[in-house]
Amino acid sequence: MVNPHDYATAAPEIFLAISSMVLLMIGVFRGNQSTKMLSWLAVAAFAVTLLLIIKAPAESAISFAGMYVADSFTAFVKVMVLIASGAGLIMSLGYIREEGMERFEYPVLFVLATLGMLMMVSANDLMSLYMGIELQSLALYVIAAFKRDSLRSTEAGLKYFVLGALSSGMLLYGCSLIYGFTGATSFTAIAAAMQGQEHASIGLIVGIVFLCAGLAFKVSAVPFHMWTPDVYEGAPTPVTAFFAVAPKIAALALFMRALIVPFVAISADWQQIVVVISVASMLLGAFAAIWQTNIKRLMAYSSIGHVGFALIGLAAGSAEGVRGVLVYLAIYVAMNIGTFACILCMRRKTGMVEDISDLSGLSKTNPLMALALAIFMFSMAGIPPLGGFFGKFYIFVAAVNAELYALAVIGVLASVVGAFYYLRIIKVMYFDEAAEPFESPMSVEMRAIIGVCSIFVVFFAFYTAPFIAQAQVAASALVP
Amino acid sequence: MMAFFEIGLGHYLALAAVLFTIGIFGIFLNRKNVIIILMSIELMLLAVNINLIAFSAFMNDLVGQIFALFVLTVAAGEAAIGLAIIVIYFRNRGTIEVEDINLMKG
Repeated sequence: MVNPHDYATAAPEIFLAISSMVLLMIGVFRGNQSTKMLSWLAVAAFAVTLLLIIKAPAESAISFAGMYVADSFTAFVKVMVLIASGAGLIMSLGYIREEGMERFEYPVLFVLATLGMLMMVSANDLMSLYMGIELQSLALYVIAAFKRDSLRSTEAGLKYFVLGALSSGMLLYGCSLIYGFTGATSFTAIAAAMQGQEHASIGLIVGIVFLCAGLAFKVSAVPFHMWTPDVYEGAPTPVTAFFAVAPKIAALALFMRALIVPFVAISADWQQIVVVISVASMLLGAFAAIWQTNIKRLMAYSSIGHVGFALIGLAAGSAEGVRGVLVYLAIYVAMNIGTFACILCMRRKTGMVEDISDLSGLSKTNPLMALALAIFMFSMAGIPPLGGFFGKFYIFVAAVNAELYALAVIGVLASVVGAFYYLRIIKVMYFDEAAEPFESPMSVEMRAIIGVCSIFVVFFAFYTAPFIAQAQVAASALVP
Repeated sequence: MMAFFEIGLGHYLALAAVLFTIGIFGIFLNRKNVIIILMSIELMLLAVNINLIAFSAFMNDLVGQIFALFVLTVAAGEAAIGLAIIVIYFRNRGTIEVEDINLMKG
Protein backbone atom coordinates (compact mmCIF):
# COMPACT_ATOMS: atom_id res chain seq x y z
CA MET A 1 0.00 0.00 0.00
CA VAL A 2 2.73 2.46 0.93
CA ASN A 3 4.86 3.33 -2.05
CA PRO A 4 8.61 4.04 -1.87
CA HIS A 5 7.98 7.70 -2.62
CA ASP A 6 6.37 7.99 0.82
CA TYR A 7 9.51 6.86 2.54
CA ALA A 8 11.63 9.25 0.49
CA THR A 9 9.52 12.20 1.69
CA ALA A 10 10.05 11.28 5.31
CA ALA A 11 13.65 10.12 4.92
CA PRO A 12 15.15 12.63 7.42
CA GLU A 13 12.65 11.63 10.12
CA ILE A 14 13.09 7.92 9.45
CA PHE A 15 16.84 8.31 9.71
CA LEU A 16 16.52 10.19 12.99
CA ALA A 17 14.09 7.61 14.38
CA ILE A 18 16.48 4.78 13.56
CA SER A 19 19.43 6.68 15.03
CA SER A 20 17.53 7.23 18.26
CA MET A 21 17.02 3.47 18.56
CA VAL A 22 20.70 2.84 17.78
CA LEU A 23 21.75 5.39 20.40
CA LEU A 24 19.43 3.77 22.93
CA MET A 25 20.95 0.35 22.23
CA ILE A 26 24.50 1.66 22.61
CA GLY A 27 23.48 3.34 25.84
CA VAL A 28 21.85 0.21 27.23
CA PHE A 29 24.91 -1.94 26.54
CA ARG A 30 27.65 0.56 27.38
CA GLY A 31 26.02 2.23 30.38
CA ASN A 32 26.24 5.78 31.66
CA GLN A 33 29.91 6.31 30.88
CA SER A 34 28.97 6.41 27.20
CA THR A 35 26.86 9.58 27.65
CA LYS A 36 29.46 11.93 26.22
CA MET A 37 30.02 9.75 23.16
CA LEU A 38 26.27 9.35 22.70
CA SER A 39 25.80 13.12 22.85
CA TRP A 40 28.30 13.67 20.06
CA LEU A 41 26.76 10.81 18.07
CA ALA A 42 23.37 12.48 18.52
CA VAL A 43 24.80 15.77 17.25
CA ALA A 44 26.21 13.85 14.27
CA ALA A 45 22.77 12.34 13.67
CA PHE A 46 21.28 15.85 13.69
CA ALA A 47 23.92 16.92 11.17
CA VAL A 48 23.15 14.01 8.83
CA THR A 49 19.42 14.70 9.14
CA LEU A 50 20.11 18.32 8.29
CA LEU A 51 22.02 17.25 5.18
CA LEU A 52 19.16 14.94 4.14
CA ILE A 53 16.73 17.86 4.49
CA ILE A 54 18.90 20.24 2.48
CA LYS A 55 19.51 17.67 -0.24
CA ALA A 56 15.82 16.81 -0.58
CA PRO A 57 14.04 18.13 -3.70
CA ALA A 58 12.64 21.60 -3.20
CA GLU A 59 9.14 21.05 -4.63
CA SER A 60 6.51 20.15 -2.10
CA ALA A 61 5.65 16.49 -1.66
CA ILE A 62 2.70 15.07 0.25
CA SER A 63 2.83 11.44 1.27
CA PHE A 64 1.37 8.83 3.62
CA ALA A 65 -2.15 9.40 2.30
CA GLY A 66 -1.93 13.16 2.80
CA MET A 67 -0.64 13.01 6.36
CA TYR A 68 2.88 14.15 5.78
CA VAL A 69 4.21 17.11 3.86
CA ALA A 70 7.72 18.20 2.93
CA ASP A 71 8.32 21.51 1.16
CA SER A 72 10.66 24.47 1.43
CA PHE A 73 8.73 25.78 4.46
CA THR A 74 9.23 22.57 6.42
CA ALA A 75 12.86 22.44 5.29
CA PHE A 76 13.55 25.97 6.54
CA VAL A 77 11.94 25.32 9.91
CA LYS A 78 13.52 21.89 10.35
CA VAL A 79 16.97 23.30 9.76
CA MET A 80 16.35 25.80 12.56
CA VAL A 81 15.01 23.08 14.87
CA LEU A 82 18.00 20.81 14.23
CA ILE A 83 20.51 23.59 14.80
CA ALA A 84 18.75 24.57 18.02
CA SER A 85 18.65 20.97 19.26
CA GLY A 86 22.27 20.32 18.36
CA ALA A 87 23.41 23.49 20.11
CA GLY A 88 21.23 22.64 23.11
CA LEU A 89 22.80 19.22 23.41
CA ILE A 90 26.37 20.51 23.06
CA MET A 91 25.66 23.15 25.71
CA SER A 92 24.45 20.43 28.09
CA LEU A 93 27.68 18.42 28.01
CA GLY A 94 29.57 20.28 30.69
CA TYR A 95 26.51 20.86 32.85
CA ILE A 96 25.27 17.27 33.04
CA ARG A 97 28.78 16.14 33.99
CA GLU A 98 29.15 18.74 36.76
CA GLU A 99 25.67 18.21 38.16
CA GLY A 100 25.81 14.42 38.23
CA MET A 101 23.01 13.86 35.75
CA GLU A 102 25.19 12.22 33.13
CA ARG A 103 22.89 9.35 32.25
CA PHE A 104 22.71 7.91 28.77
CA GLU A 105 18.98 8.59 28.39
CA TYR A 106 19.67 12.32 28.15
CA PRO A 107 20.90 12.46 24.52
CA VAL A 108 18.39 9.78 23.50
CA LEU A 109 15.51 11.87 24.86
CA PHE A 110 16.89 14.91 23.04
CA VAL A 111 16.83 12.99 19.77
CA LEU A 112 13.29 11.73 20.39
CA ALA A 113 12.05 15.22 21.25
CA THR A 114 13.68 16.57 18.10
CA LEU A 115 12.08 13.81 16.05
CA GLY A 116 8.71 14.83 17.47
CA MET A 117 9.37 18.43 16.49
CA LEU A 118 10.25 17.44 12.92
CA MET A 119 7.00 15.46 12.76
CA MET A 120 5.07 18.49 14.04
CA VAL A 121 6.61 20.67 11.35
CA SER A 122 5.74 18.15 8.63
CA ALA A 123 2.24 17.34 9.90
CA ASN A 124 -0.48 17.79 7.31
CA ASP A 125 -3.22 15.99 9.19
CA LEU A 126 -4.77 16.32 12.64
CA MET A 127 -3.52 12.82 13.48
CA SER A 128 0.09 13.40 12.53
CA LEU A 129 -0.13 16.77 14.28
CA TYR A 130 -1.19 15.04 17.50
CA MET A 131 1.37 12.25 17.25
CA GLY A 132 4.17 14.75 16.61
CA ILE A 133 3.16 16.95 19.53
CA GLU A 134 2.93 13.99 21.89
CA LEU A 135 6.25 12.47 20.86
CA GLN A 136 7.87 15.84 21.51
CA SER A 137 6.01 16.55 24.75
CA LEU A 138 6.48 13.14 26.36
CA ALA A 139 10.23 13.38 25.82
CA LEU A 140 10.29 16.96 27.12
CA TYR A 141 8.37 16.10 30.32
CA VAL A 142 11.07 13.59 31.17
CA ILE A 143 13.95 15.93 30.29
CA ALA A 144 12.45 18.69 32.50
CA ALA A 145 12.49 16.32 35.48
CA PHE A 146 15.83 14.81 34.52
CA LYS A 147 17.71 16.05 37.57
CA ARG A 148 15.74 13.58 39.59
CA ASP A 149 17.22 14.27 43.02
CA SER A 150 16.44 17.99 42.74
CA LEU A 151 13.07 19.11 44.10
CA ARG A 152 12.92 22.09 41.74
CA SER A 153 13.59 20.02 38.64
CA THR A 154 11.00 17.37 39.53
CA GLU A 155 8.47 20.04 40.42
CA ALA A 156 9.11 21.67 37.05
CA GLY A 157 8.60 18.30 35.36
CA LEU A 158 5.38 17.67 37.27
CA LYS A 159 3.94 21.10 36.46
CA TYR A 160 4.96 20.81 32.83
CA PHE A 161 3.38 17.37 32.63
CA VAL A 162 0.05 18.36 34.17
CA LEU A 163 -0.38 21.53 32.11
CA GLY A 164 1.02 19.92 28.96
CA ALA A 165 -1.40 17.01 29.25
CA LEU A 166 -4.26 19.46 29.84
CA SER A 167 -3.29 21.38 26.72
CA SER A 168 -3.06 18.16 24.70
CA GLY A 169 -6.56 17.31 25.87
CA MET A 170 -7.90 20.67 24.76
CA LEU A 171 -6.11 20.41 21.44
CA LEU A 172 -7.57 16.96 20.88
CA TYR A 173 -11.08 18.10 21.76
CA GLY A 174 -10.66 20.82 19.15
CA CYS A 175 -9.40 18.24 16.65
CA SER A 176 -12.42 16.02 17.25
CA LEU A 177 -14.83 18.90 16.67
CA ILE A 178 -12.99 19.98 13.54
CA TYR A 179 -13.15 16.41 12.28
CA GLY A 180 -16.84 16.20 13.05
CA PHE A 181 -17.85 19.47 11.44
CA THR A 182 -15.71 19.21 8.31
CA GLY A 183 -15.68 15.44 7.88
CA ALA A 184 -11.93 15.22 7.37
CA THR A 185 -8.70 15.27 9.34
CA SER A 186 -6.27 16.08 6.54
CA PHE A 187 -5.48 19.80 6.25
CA THR A 188 -5.83 19.64 2.48
CA ALA A 189 -9.19 17.85 2.70
CA ILE A 190 -10.44 20.31 5.31
CA ALA A 191 -9.42 23.19 3.05
CA ALA A 192 -11.33 21.56 0.19
CA ALA A 193 -14.40 21.09 2.41
CA MET A 194 -14.23 24.72 3.49
CA GLN A 195 -13.97 25.99 -0.09
CA GLY A 196 -16.36 28.82 -0.81
CA GLN A 197 -17.74 29.03 2.72
CA GLU A 198 -18.02 32.53 4.04
CA HIS A 199 -18.72 31.62 7.64
CA ALA A 200 -17.90 28.55 9.65
CA SER A 201 -20.51 26.67 11.63
CA ILE A 202 -20.50 27.35 15.36
CA GLY A 203 -19.20 23.84 16.11
CA LEU A 204 -16.22 24.38 13.85
CA ILE A 205 -15.47 27.73 15.48
CA VAL A 206 -15.48 26.06 18.90
CA GLY A 207 -13.14 23.42 17.50
CA ILE A 208 -10.74 26.04 16.15
CA VAL A 209 -10.80 27.88 19.48
CA PHE A 210 -9.85 24.70 21.33
CA LEU A 211 -7.14 23.94 18.77
CA CYS A 212 -5.74 27.46 19.20
CA ALA A 213 -5.84 27.11 22.99
CA GLY A 214 -3.87 23.86 22.83
CA LEU A 215 -1.30 25.29 20.44
CA ALA A 216 -1.04 28.51 22.47
CA PHE A 217 -0.10 26.34 25.45
CA LYS A 218 2.69 24.75 23.43
CA VAL A 219 4.11 28.10 22.29
CA SER A 220 3.42 29.56 25.79
CA ALA A 221 1.29 32.46 24.61
CA VAL A 222 -0.89 34.37 27.09
CA PRO A 223 -3.41 33.32 28.54
CA PHE A 224 -1.87 29.83 28.51
CA HIS A 225 1.61 30.84 29.63
CA MET A 226 1.44 30.12 33.36
CA TRP A 227 3.63 27.02 33.17
CA THR A 228 6.49 28.83 31.46
CA PRO A 229 8.21 30.78 34.28
CA ASP A 230 8.04 27.85 36.71
CA VAL A 231 9.27 25.27 34.25
CA TYR A 232 12.05 27.54 32.98
CA GLU A 233 13.19 28.29 36.51
CA GLY A 234 13.00 24.75 37.81
CA ALA A 235 14.36 22.77 34.87
CA PRO A 236 18.14 22.31 34.59
CA THR A 237 19.58 25.33 32.74
CA PRO A 238 20.63 23.62 29.47
CA VAL A 239 17.18 22.02 29.35
CA THR A 240 15.65 25.48 29.77
CA ALA A 241 17.82 26.69 26.89
CA PHE A 242 16.48 23.84 24.78
CA PHE A 243 12.85 24.51 25.85
CA ALA A 244 13.16 28.17 25.03
CA VAL A 245 14.15 27.55 21.44
CA ALA A 246 13.46 24.29 19.62
CA PRO A 247 9.90 23.41 20.78
CA LYS A 248 8.85 27.04 20.29
CA ILE A 249 9.96 27.02 16.66
CA ALA A 250 8.26 23.72 15.91
CA ALA A 251 5.04 24.72 17.68
CA LEU A 252 4.92 28.11 15.94
CA ALA A 253 5.46 26.47 12.55
CA LEU A 254 2.68 24.03 13.37
CA PHE A 255 0.45 26.87 14.56
CA MET A 256 0.94 28.61 11.21
CA ARG A 257 0.27 25.54 9.10
CA ALA A 258 -2.71 24.36 11.17
CA LEU A 259 -4.47 27.70 10.78
CA ILE A 260 -3.37 28.94 7.38
CA VAL A 261 -3.65 25.78 5.27
CA PRO A 262 -7.02 24.28 6.31
CA PHE A 263 -8.85 27.42 7.39
CA VAL A 264 -7.76 29.91 4.75
CA ALA A 265 -11.40 30.43 3.74
CA ILE A 266 -12.40 31.67 7.20
CA SER A 267 -9.21 33.51 8.08
CA ALA A 268 -11.19 36.49 9.46
CA ASP A 269 -12.53 34.21 12.19
CA TRP A 270 -9.24 32.87 13.54
CA GLN A 271 -7.38 36.12 12.99
CA GLN A 272 -9.24 37.69 15.92
CA ILE A 273 -8.08 34.93 18.24
CA VAL A 274 -4.46 35.29 17.14
CA VAL A 275 -4.57 39.07 17.47
CA VAL A 276 -5.85 38.84 21.05
CA ILE A 277 -3.27 36.29 22.23
CA SER A 278 -0.52 38.18 20.40
CA VAL A 279 -1.32 41.49 22.10
CA ALA A 280 -1.72 39.84 25.51
CA SER A 281 1.60 37.97 25.15
CA MET A 282 3.54 41.05 24.09
CA LEU A 283 2.19 43.13 26.95
CA LEU A 284 2.63 40.46 29.62
CA GLY A 285 6.11 39.63 28.34
CA ALA A 286 7.07 43.29 28.53
CA PHE A 287 5.60 44.19 31.92
CA ALA A 288 5.90 41.01 34.00
CA ALA A 289 9.63 40.67 33.25
CA ILE A 290 10.42 44.01 34.87
CA TRP A 291 10.14 42.66 38.41
CA GLN A 292 12.09 39.44 37.90
CA THR A 293 15.36 38.87 39.72
CA ASN A 294 16.06 35.36 38.48
CA ILE A 295 17.54 35.46 35.00
CA LYS A 296 15.91 32.19 33.90
CA ARG A 297 12.50 33.54 34.94
CA LEU A 298 13.29 36.74 33.10
CA MET A 299 14.10 34.75 29.98
CA ALA A 300 10.76 32.95 30.37
CA TYR A 301 8.83 36.22 30.27
CA SER A 302 11.08 37.43 27.48
CA SER A 303 10.21 34.33 25.44
CA ILE A 304 6.50 34.91 26.08
CA GLY A 305 6.96 38.42 24.67
CA HIS A 306 8.88 37.12 21.65
CA VAL A 307 6.12 34.63 20.90
CA GLY A 308 3.68 37.55 20.96
CA PHE A 309 5.76 39.37 18.34
CA ALA A 310 6.02 36.26 16.17
CA LEU A 311 2.23 35.77 16.35
CA ILE A 312 1.77 39.22 14.74
CA GLY A 313 3.10 37.65 11.55
CA LEU A 314 0.57 34.83 11.82
CA ALA A 315 -2.23 37.32 12.47
CA ALA A 316 -1.31 39.04 9.21
CA GLY A 317 -1.93 35.67 7.54
CA SER A 318 -0.04 36.67 4.39
CA ALA A 319 3.12 35.22 2.82
CA GLU A 320 4.85 38.37 4.03
CA GLY A 321 3.73 37.66 7.58
CA VAL A 322 4.97 34.07 7.45
CA ARG A 323 8.27 35.30 6.05
CA GLY A 324 8.51 37.73 8.94
CA VAL A 325 7.89 34.95 11.45
CA LEU A 326 10.59 32.75 9.88
CA VAL A 327 13.17 35.54 9.93
CA TYR A 328 12.17 36.41 13.48
CA LEU A 329 12.52 32.81 14.62
CA ALA A 330 15.94 32.39 13.01
CA ILE A 331 17.26 35.44 14.86
CA TYR A 332 15.45 34.36 18.03
CA VAL A 333 17.32 31.04 17.90
CA ALA A 334 20.70 32.75 17.72
CA MET A 335 19.91 35.31 20.45
CA ASN A 336 18.45 32.78 22.86
CA ILE A 337 21.09 30.11 22.42
CA GLY A 338 23.78 32.74 22.91
CA THR A 339 22.12 34.16 26.01
CA PHE A 340 21.63 30.75 27.58
CA ALA A 341 25.22 29.80 26.80
CA CYS A 342 26.22 32.88 28.82
CA ILE A 343 23.82 31.91 31.63
CA LEU A 344 25.37 28.43 31.67
CA CYS A 345 28.75 30.05 32.26
CA MET A 346 27.44 31.72 35.45
CA ARG A 347 29.11 29.21 37.71
CA ARG A 348 30.98 29.85 40.96
CA LYS A 349 32.76 27.42 43.23
CA THR A 350 29.53 26.94 45.17
CA GLY A 351 27.62 25.92 42.04
CA MET A 352 25.41 27.54 39.45
CA VAL A 353 24.08 31.02 40.18
CA GLU A 354 21.13 32.51 38.35
CA ASP A 355 20.33 35.90 39.85
CA ILE A 356 20.66 39.02 37.74
CA SER A 357 22.64 40.64 40.58
CA ASP A 358 25.28 37.90 40.18
CA LEU A 359 26.14 39.48 36.83
CA SER A 360 27.17 42.78 38.41
CA GLY A 361 30.48 44.14 37.23
CA LEU A 362 30.91 41.35 34.69
CA SER A 363 32.53 43.82 32.30
CA LYS A 364 35.54 43.98 34.66
CA THR A 365 35.87 40.30 35.55
CA ASN A 366 35.03 38.82 32.14
CA PRO A 367 34.83 41.54 29.47
CA LEU A 368 34.27 39.19 26.51
CA MET A 369 31.30 37.41 28.07
CA ALA A 370 29.87 40.76 29.12
CA LEU A 371 30.24 42.04 25.57
CA ALA A 372 28.52 38.97 24.11
CA LEU A 373 25.66 39.15 26.61
CA ALA A 374 25.31 42.89 25.92
CA ILE A 375 25.06 42.16 22.18
CA PHE A 376 22.31 39.60 22.78
CA MET A 377 20.42 41.93 25.10
CA PHE A 378 20.63 44.86 22.66
CA SER A 379 19.48 42.53 19.91
CA MET A 380 16.51 41.26 21.96
CA ALA A 381 15.55 44.84 22.69
CA GLY A 382 15.50 45.35 18.90
CA ILE A 383 18.21 47.96 18.59
CA PRO A 384 19.61 48.45 15.07
CA PRO A 385 21.85 47.31 13.41
CA LEU A 386 21.67 44.03 15.33
CA GLY A 387 19.66 41.04 14.16
CA GLY A 388 16.76 41.49 16.57
CA PHE A 389 15.88 44.78 14.91
CA PHE A 390 15.43 43.13 11.50
CA GLY A 391 13.28 40.38 12.99
CA LYS A 392 10.89 42.92 14.48
CA PHE A 393 11.08 45.14 11.39
CA TYR A 394 9.84 42.49 8.94
CA ILE A 395 7.07 41.46 11.35
CA PHE A 396 5.83 45.04 11.72
CA VAL A 397 6.03 45.67 7.96
CA ALA A 398 3.83 42.62 7.39
CA ALA A 399 1.37 43.82 10.03
CA VAL A 400 1.14 47.29 8.47
CA ASN A 401 0.66 45.86 4.97
CA ALA A 402 -2.11 43.63 6.31
CA GLU A 403 -3.70 46.80 7.77
CA LEU A 404 -3.25 45.66 11.36
CA TYR A 405 -2.13 49.12 12.43
CA ALA A 406 -3.20 48.84 16.06
CA LEU A 407 -1.30 45.56 16.42
CA ALA A 408 1.88 47.11 14.97
CA VAL A 409 1.64 50.12 17.27
CA ILE A 410 1.10 47.96 20.37
CA GLY A 411 4.04 45.82 19.24
CA VAL A 412 6.37 48.80 18.99
CA LEU A 413 5.24 50.10 22.39
CA ALA A 414 5.71 46.67 23.99
CA SER A 415 9.21 46.40 22.58
CA VAL A 416 10.04 49.81 24.05
CA VAL A 417 8.88 48.64 27.49
CA GLY A 418 10.77 45.37 26.98
CA ALA A 419 13.94 47.29 26.19
CA PHE A 420 13.91 48.48 29.80
CA TYR A 421 14.72 45.13 31.37
CA TYR A 422 17.17 44.12 28.68
CA LEU A 423 19.06 47.36 29.17
CA ARG A 424 18.90 46.88 32.95
CA ILE A 425 21.00 43.72 32.57
CA ILE A 426 23.56 45.69 30.57
CA LYS A 427 23.57 48.39 33.24
CA VAL A 428 24.16 45.77 35.95
CA MET A 429 27.06 44.27 33.99
CA TYR A 430 28.77 47.53 33.08
CA PHE A 431 28.06 50.02 35.86
CA ASP A 432 27.62 48.05 39.08
CA GLU A 433 30.27 47.06 41.62
CA ALA A 434 32.09 43.93 40.55
CA ALA A 435 30.89 40.76 42.26
CA GLU A 436 32.93 37.63 42.80
CA PRO A 437 34.11 36.43 39.34
CA PHE A 438 32.69 33.33 37.71
CA GLU A 439 34.71 30.19 37.37
CA SER A 440 36.92 30.31 34.31
CA PRO A 441 37.92 29.28 31.77
CA MET A 442 34.77 28.62 29.77
CA SER A 443 34.81 25.39 27.83
CA VAL A 444 35.68 25.42 24.13
CA GLU A 445 32.16 24.41 23.08
CA MET A 446 30.62 27.28 25.01
CA ARG A 447 33.01 29.80 23.56
CA ALA A 448 32.33 28.52 20.06
CA ILE A 449 28.55 28.69 20.53
CA ILE A 450 28.64 32.18 22.02
CA GLY A 451 30.99 33.33 19.27
CA VAL A 452 28.94 31.95 16.39
CA CYS A 453 25.68 33.31 17.82
CA SER A 454 27.08 36.79 18.39
CA ILE A 455 28.60 36.90 14.90
CA PHE A 456 25.26 35.87 13.43
CA VAL A 457 23.44 38.57 15.39
CA VAL A 458 25.96 41.36 14.81
CA PHE A 459 26.53 40.84 11.10
CA PHE A 460 22.95 39.99 10.18
CA ALA A 461 22.66 43.30 8.34
CA PHE A 462 25.25 42.15 5.78
CA TYR A 463 23.47 39.02 4.61
CA THR A 464 19.88 40.11 5.09
CA ALA A 465 19.04 39.94 1.37
CA PRO A 466 19.87 36.26 0.66
CA PHE A 467 18.39 35.28 4.01
CA ILE A 468 15.12 37.10 3.32
CA ALA A 469 14.99 35.56 -0.16
CA GLN A 470 15.28 32.08 1.36
CA ALA A 471 12.56 32.87 3.91
CA GLN A 472 10.40 34.24 1.10
CA VAL A 473 10.65 30.95 -0.81
CA ALA A 474 9.77 29.06 2.36
CA ALA A 475 6.82 31.31 3.14
CA SER A 476 5.37 31.08 -0.36
CA ALA A 477 5.34 27.28 -0.01
CA LEU A 478 2.89 27.73 2.87
CA VAL A 479 0.85 30.67 1.56
CA PRO A 480 0.66 30.41 -2.22
CA MET B 1 -42.67 7.87 21.69
CA MET B 2 -39.82 6.03 19.98
CA ALA B 3 -38.38 9.26 18.61
CA PHE B 4 -38.07 10.54 22.13
CA PHE B 5 -35.72 7.71 23.08
CA GLU B 6 -33.76 7.78 19.84
CA ILE B 7 -30.14 8.52 20.71
CA GLY B 8 -28.65 10.88 18.16
CA LEU B 9 -25.30 12.48 17.55
CA GLY B 10 -26.24 15.40 19.77
CA HIS B 11 -26.59 13.15 22.80
CA TYR B 12 -23.11 11.74 22.33
CA LEU B 13 -21.64 15.19 21.86
CA ALA B 14 -23.38 16.44 24.98
CA LEU B 15 -22.10 13.48 26.98
CA ALA B 16 -18.57 14.10 25.72
CA ALA B 17 -18.81 17.81 26.50
CA VAL B 18 -19.99 17.05 30.05
CA LEU B 19 -17.20 14.52 30.63
CA PHE B 20 -14.63 16.93 29.21
CA THR B 21 -15.83 19.74 31.47
CA ILE B 22 -15.72 17.44 34.51
CA GLY B 23 -12.14 16.57 33.53
CA ILE B 24 -11.09 20.22 33.32
CA PHE B 25 -12.76 21.09 36.60
CA GLY B 26 -11.15 18.04 38.17
CA ILE B 27 -7.76 19.53 37.35
CA PHE B 28 -8.47 23.06 38.54
CA LEU B 29 -10.73 22.56 41.54
CA ASN B 30 -8.90 19.59 42.98
CA ARG B 31 -6.78 20.60 45.98
CA LYS B 32 -5.94 17.18 47.30
CA ASN B 33 -3.99 14.74 45.20
CA VAL B 34 -2.04 14.70 41.96
CA ILE B 35 -3.37 11.23 41.14
CA ILE B 36 -6.82 12.80 40.78
CA ILE B 37 -5.33 15.14 38.17
CA LEU B 38 -4.09 12.10 36.25
CA MET B 39 -7.59 10.61 36.38
CA SER B 40 -9.07 13.90 35.17
CA ILE B 41 -6.68 13.93 32.22
CA GLU B 42 -7.78 10.40 31.32
CA LEU B 43 -11.39 11.52 31.55
CA MET B 44 -10.74 14.37 29.12
CA LEU B 45 -9.09 12.05 26.62
CA LEU B 46 -11.97 9.57 26.89
CA ALA B 47 -14.44 12.37 26.24
CA VAL B 48 -12.49 13.15 23.08
CA ASN B 49 -12.68 9.49 22.08
CA ILE B 50 -16.46 9.46 22.50
CA ASN B 51 -16.62 12.53 20.26
CA LEU B 52 -14.40 10.96 17.62
CA ILE B 53 -16.23 7.65 17.56
CA ALA B 54 -19.67 9.25 17.53
CA PHE B 55 -18.70 11.45 14.58
CA SER B 56 -17.09 8.49 12.87
CA ALA B 57 -20.19 6.32 13.28
CA PHE B 58 -22.62 9.01 12.17
CA MET B 59 -20.56 10.02 9.14
CA ASN B 60 -19.77 6.43 8.09
CA ASP B 61 -16.12 7.38 8.01
CA LEU B 62 -13.43 5.19 9.58
CA VAL B 63 -10.84 7.91 10.15
CA GLY B 64 -12.33 8.95 13.48
CA GLN B 65 -12.01 5.44 14.90
CA ILE B 66 -8.38 5.19 13.81
CA PHE B 67 -7.77 8.54 15.47
CA ALA B 68 -9.38 7.19 18.65
CA LEU B 69 -6.99 4.23 18.60
CA PHE B 70 -4.03 6.60 18.38
CA VAL B 71 -5.42 8.64 21.26
CA LEU B 72 -5.83 5.52 23.42
CA THR B 73 -2.24 4.46 22.77
CA VAL B 74 -0.77 7.86 23.51
CA ALA B 75 -2.93 8.20 26.64
CA ALA B 76 -1.36 5.02 27.99
CA GLY B 77 2.14 6.39 27.39
CA GLU B 78 1.19 9.71 28.90
CA ALA B 79 -0.14 8.05 32.07
CA ALA B 80 3.05 5.99 32.42
CA ILE B 81 5.27 9.06 32.18
CA GLY B 82 3.00 11.02 34.50
CA LEU B 83 3.16 8.32 37.16
CA ALA B 84 6.95 8.10 36.80
CA ILE B 85 7.30 11.85 37.35
CA ILE B 86 4.95 11.65 40.36
CA VAL B 87 7.12 8.89 41.84
CA ILE B 88 10.36 10.88 41.59
CA TYR B 89 8.57 13.96 42.92
CA PHE B 90 7.29 11.97 45.89
CA ARG B 91 10.81 10.71 46.64
CA ASN B 92 12.05 14.30 46.93
CA ARG B 93 9.09 15.93 48.62
CA GLY B 94 7.46 13.14 50.59
CA THR B 95 3.97 14.24 49.58
CA ILE B 96 1.94 14.64 46.40
CA GLU B 97 -0.72 17.00 47.72
CA VAL B 98 -1.49 19.64 45.12
CA GLU B 99 -1.24 22.44 47.69
CA ASP B 100 2.34 21.44 48.49
CA ILE B 101 3.58 21.81 44.91
CA ASN B 102 4.54 25.42 45.48
CA LEU B 103 8.33 25.74 45.52
CA MET B 104 8.15 28.14 42.59
CA LYS B 105 5.35 30.68 42.40
CA GLY B 106 3.87 31.23 38.97
